[in-house]
Amino acid sequence: MTTTPDDTTGTWPGTSSAEEVLDDTFEADLDDVDDVDDVDDFDELSHDDYASAYETTEGKVYTVGGGDWDTIEAPAEGEQERLVVNMGPQHPSTHGVLRIILELDGETVTQTRCTIGYLHTGIEKNLEYRSWTQGTTFVTRMDYLSPFFNETAYCLGVERLLGITEQIPERASVLRVMMMELNRVSSHLVCLATGGMELGALTAMIFGFRERETILDLFEMITGLRMNHAYVRPGGLKEDIPEGSEQTIREQVALVRSRLKDTANLLVDNSIWMGRTVGVGYLDLTGCIAMGVTGPPLRATGLPHDLRKSQPYCGYETYEFNVATQTTCDVYGRFLIRLQELEESLNIVDQCLDRLRPGPVMVEDKRIAWPAQLSIGSDGQGNSLEHIRKIMGTSMESLIHHFKLVTEGFEVPAGQVYQAIESPRGELGAHIVSDGGTRPYRVHFRDPSFVNLQSVPAMTEGSFLSDVVAAVASVDPVMGGVDR
Amino acid sequence: MTEHDSTADVVVPENAVTLDVVEVRSGAFGVHGSGDTSGFGGVVRTVTLPAPSVRPYGEWFDDLADELEASMGAAGIEKSAIRSVVVDRGEITFIVERERFRDMAQVLRDEPGLRFEFCSSVSGVHWLGDEGRELHVVAHLQSITHNRRIRLETTAPDSDPHVPSLVQLYPTADWHERETFDFFGIIFDGHPGLTRIMMPDDWAGHPQRKDYPLGGIPVQYKGATIPPPDERRSYS
Repeated sequence: MTTTPDDTTGTWPGTSSAEEVLDDTFEADLDDVDDVDDVDDFDELSHDDYASAYETTEGKVYTVGGGDWDTIEAPAEGEQERLVVNMGPQHPSTHGVLRIILELDGETVTQTRCTIGYLHTGIEKNLEYRSWTQGTTFVTRMDYLSPFFNETAYCLGVERLLGITEQIPERASVLRVMMMELNRVSSHLVCLATGGMELGALTAMIFGFRERETILDLFEMITGLRMNHAYVRPGGLKEDIPEGSEQTIREQVALVRSRLKDTANLLVDNSIWMGRTVGVGYLDLTGCIAMGVTGPPLRATGLPHDLRKSQPYCGYETYEFNVATQTTCDVYGRFLIRLQELEESLNIVDQCLDRLRPGPVMVEDKRIAWPAQLSIGSDGQGNSLEHIRKIMGTSMESLIHHFKLVTEGFEVPAGQVYQAIESPRGELGAHIVSDGGTRPYRVHFRDPSFVNLQSVPAMTEGSFLSDVVAAVASVDPVMGGVDR
Repeated sequence: MTEHDSTADVVVPENAVTLDVVEVRSGAFGVHGSGDTSGFGGVVRTVTLPAPSVRPYGEWFDDLADELEASMGAAGIEKSAIRSVVVDRGEITFIVERERFRDMAQVLRDEPGLRFEFCSSVSGVHWLGDEGRELHVVAHLQSITHNRRIRLETTAPDSDPHVPSLVQLYPTADWHERETFDFFGIIFDGHPGLTRIMMPDDWAGHPQRKDYPLGGIPVQYKGATIPPPDERRSYS
C-alpha cells in the first residue's frame, strides 16, 4: 500500500487505506476527481471519510472521533466488537501527560495499558555534564510536587560517596526534615485536591489548593521560590532560613492544621465519596510487592513500611510520629492514609522547630562547602556584599578558591551508592555513580511514580471506566518524576 | 641500583586484590595534542572502582554471604557465579556472572534466610573503557522481611548486550528493564515486551550510552557553534 500525492484527498497517512476500502465498497476511482460523480451518495462518502475504516488482520477497524458513531456498522453475526479508548495524554484527569489506552466492554475495562515518556527531558543525562552541586538544580525538577525529596535523596547520596554524612551540621539536617515534611503536606494536599476534583468533589480542590498556598508561601519565604528550589545542597543547605521565620512557620502550620478538618469533614464519611472510592482500585500486599508499589498504596494493605522508620536518614529515628496504615487496599484507604500523614507531618514540623538551634547549615570542610552565603541583593538574589568585599579586596586565595569551587566543583571518590528515602509517593531512590571526577558519572532515580504507575492495569482491569480515574488519582503519579 | 627488572622484586601479598581499571584518562581540561598549554598533557590517570572486599565484610554482610553461599549450593549454582563482592560505603554489591544473574536473583528472593522479595530498581551504567564489560546492569534488591538492601550487578560486553530478564521473578522489573533497554540498548532475554518506554518508538540510538552523539548547538554569530557538552573544556 503506497501513498502517492495524487490519490490522497487529505493529508493523513491513513487515508490511503480508507480510500482502498472505499474503492472496494463503492467501486469509485478516487485517482480522478471527475469520477466522484460515480459515487452513488456523496454525503455518505464524506461521512465515512470522517470515521475512517480499514481492514486489519483482526477485522475492520474504525477510527471514531466522536459525533460520528451512527456511521459505524454493527458487527456482523458472530463477530465481537472491541472498543479501544485512548485517554490522554491531554486529559484533565490523568495528572499530566499520562496516556492510558483502555479496552472496553460496555462500561467495563478489560485491558489497561499506560504509555509514558511524553515528559521525558533527559535530566539524568544532563546531570552527567554538570558539577555535583549543579545536580540539585536538575533533580529538583524531576518530581515537581516534591522537590525537596529529590534534592535530599540526591544530596544524601553524594554525601555518602564523599563520606561526610557524619559531618552534616545538626541544623541542616533538622531543616531538611522540616522542609521535607512541609513538602509532604503540600504534595498530599495536591493529591487530595486534584483527586477530589477528578471525582467531582470540587470543594475538596478549593480546600486543598488553599492550604497548599500557605505552605508554598513558606517555601517562598525560605528559599525564594515556590518550586524548583535547589535548596538542599551536597554538604548542607543553600542558606539558612530567614530571621524570625520560625514564628511564621509555627503560625502557618497551626492554620493548616486547623483547616485540615474541612477536607476531613467534607469527605471522610461522605457517602458519595465513599461510593466512588471504597473497594475501588483494589491492590493487595502480594500485588504491591510484586509490582514494586510503595508509599500510601502499600500502607493501605496494612504493611507499615515507611523508610523513615525502617531505614532512617536525616535523624528521623529521633522524631516521634506514627506510620499510618489501613487494611482496605483500596482508594478510600489511600485517601485516609494521606489525611493522617498530613497530621503526622505537621507534628514533625513542630518538633523540628522545637529543636532548631543556632549553628551552621553547611559542612565545615572548605573543599566542599559552597564558598558564599547568598543574600538578597537589588536584583532579588546574589552573593553577599560582605563576601565579595573579602575575596576581591583582601584575599586572593579566597578568590581563587571561590572560583575553582564554583566552576570546577569538588571531586567525589569513585564508587556507587543507592540512597532511598520515603517521598510522599513511596520509595524515592537515587543510584549515584562516581568515577572520581567533578561530575556525576551516572545518576539514576528510582521514582515512586514511575514504579507505582505500573500497577494501574492490575488495579483497573475488570472495573468501570470511571474507576480508572479514581485509581490513577490514588496512585498520585507525577509525570515529571515518571519521565524525568 | 641493581641491574635486574625492578618489578621482579615486588612482593605481592597473597590476599591482594586487583583493582578493576574501568577507564584511563590523559591530559586535563579536555585539551589534547598541540593545543595543550596547561602543562598537564602528559598526565595519565586511571579510574578504578572500589576494590573487591575480602572476608570479614563486617556488619550483617558476613551472615548474608554465608546464607547466600549455602543457598547457592542447594540450588546447584557454582561458587564462581559470584565474580566478586564489594563492600563499600555501607553497601554490599554482588557482582555475578550474567549467565547466573537470574538464578542468583531467584535464590535471593526465595530463600527464607535471604528473602529479597522487593526489587527497588534495575538500571544500567555504561563504562566505555571497561573492555569486554562495558555495560553494567545494576539491580537494587530489598528485603522488607529482614530490612536489608543489596546490590546485584552483572556486566555484558557492548558486542553482545544480552542479560537475563528479571521480570518473571519481579514483575516490577518490567518498566525498569524497558527503560534500561531504551537508554543503554541492553537486551533483557526473556522480557515479555522489550520496547522503548521513554523515547519515541522510531528513535535511533540509546541516549544514556556514553558514546551517544550529543550534537552541538548552532548559534547566529558568524557561523559559530557551541560544541557538544562532552567536547567542551572540562575538568574531569
